[in-house]
Amino acid sequence: MGLVFVSHSAKIAEGLVELAAQMAPETALIAAGGTDDGRIGTSFDRVSAAIAEADAGHGVVVLCDLGSAILTAETALDFLDDEVRERVRIVDAPIVEGGVAAAVAAQAGDGLEAVVAAARSAAGGDVDAGEASAAGPGSTSADGANGPQRTVRLVNPSGLHARPAAELVKLASTFAEPVTVNGTDAKSLLAIMAMGLTKGAEVVIASADPAGGAAVDALAELVESGFGEV
Amino acid sequence: MGLDITWAVDWVRRSAETVAEHRTRLIALDREIGDGDHGENLDRGFQAVLPKLDDLAAGSTPGDVLKLVATTLISTVGGAAGPLYGTAYLKGAMAAGSATSLDGPAIAAVLTAARDGIVARGKAESGDKTMVDAWTPAVEAADAEAASGADARTVLEAAASAAEAGAEATEPLVARKGRASYLGERSAGHRDPGAESSALLLRAAADAAVAAAGD
Repeated sequence: MGLVFVSHSAKIAEGLVELAAQMAPETALIAAGGTDDGRIGTSFDRVSAAIAEADAGHGVVVLCDLGSAILTAETALDFLDDEVRERVRIVDAPIVEGGVAAAVAAQAGDGLEAVVAAARSAAGGDVDAGEASAAGPGSTSADGANGPQRTVRLVNPSGLHARPAAELVKLASTFAEPVTVNGTDAKSLLAIMAMGLTKGAEVVIASADPAGGAAVDALAELVESGFGEV
Repeated sequence: MGLDITWAVDWVRRSAETVAEHRTRLIALDREIGDGDHGENLDRGFQAVLPKLDDLAAGSTPGDVLKLVATTLISTVGGAAGPLYGTAYLKGAMAAGSATSLDGPAIAAVLTAARDGIVARGKAESGDKTMVDAWTPAVEAADAEAASGADARTVLEAAASAAEAGAEATEPLVARKGRASYLGERSAGHRDPGAESSALLLRAAADAAVAAAGD
């Protein structure tokens, strides 16, 4: 699985590769920013070359910033062979949030459609917002009243950032039950990362579902294990 | 009388000329409601086509010329105009096919295919304050002339005049597509640069047809 970041700015595309590579070091992340002569804009040739570079036969997800980036990417798709085009998807999602979410999913070994879904999950935030209000800020105690809850301490140096956050979200997503970290949806990478929890922070892992005990235990053990950093 | 390769090449040269001449005006229009690069981008694109005209193989058709313009614009214009005009010329080339001469109905078919390509690529509708607002009246005028049996030159004249009126009519509109849509109500009172450049290109096509008829 490969990702292509199409931006009007070469710096944005390259910066996004740098950012996403933190969480997806083995995933093909290709920047296609700016015009051929380094101006602001998008380049058909750069986008076409990036898709070819990202394509290892398992699919390519293309994320774009403003209007003409999408038009250029769509035009590049028109010029692909049918067989290649079938496994290339342009996703209309916020390029940074969607790009990071897609990179994490790709790194986790997800298939094309799952990576597309991960990117889309970052769009608009309506899904996340709904889940967040259900779990709710400050609803930790309510969760605790109804379901299992454990309090652990972050022991790894980088805290719930980048790779550890991705690992936690990936593990949480394997459970059907809802699970929260300090009241925040543990299945939302962006929400987890946004908390900026660092080493030494106290973390309350809870589930509103009485059947969520296994999920809470698994996440608590992952946090206590130090994510392989200690 | 049909329009052949000589007309097509002349159209491209006149397009490059008119875009270069109106470059500053297009930049100014785009600066008012967009990112200010339309004139510069389009000028670069057409200037890049010019040297390639000399490399056209003997026996090339109008469709070959349109395809050359399409691929060059797509590769050299950095903004939205690249994919939009590129798609327009590409669809136009497909409609022209391998015909060596285009009569009135054939020209109308090329313009219709070009407009449909822009709509499919940009997903804009009439009234969104985009180049579609120049192209749709142009296609309607061209179709009407072609249906009444007009020749290619008359069809293009009707298209160019309708495109110019359409571009002017974008001034009071509020943009709903493209960069100008970020401005909302503030986009009203400014002419859309894409509609303006579309009108320039269609006028160049009509002028080239007049020149071809005078040969």
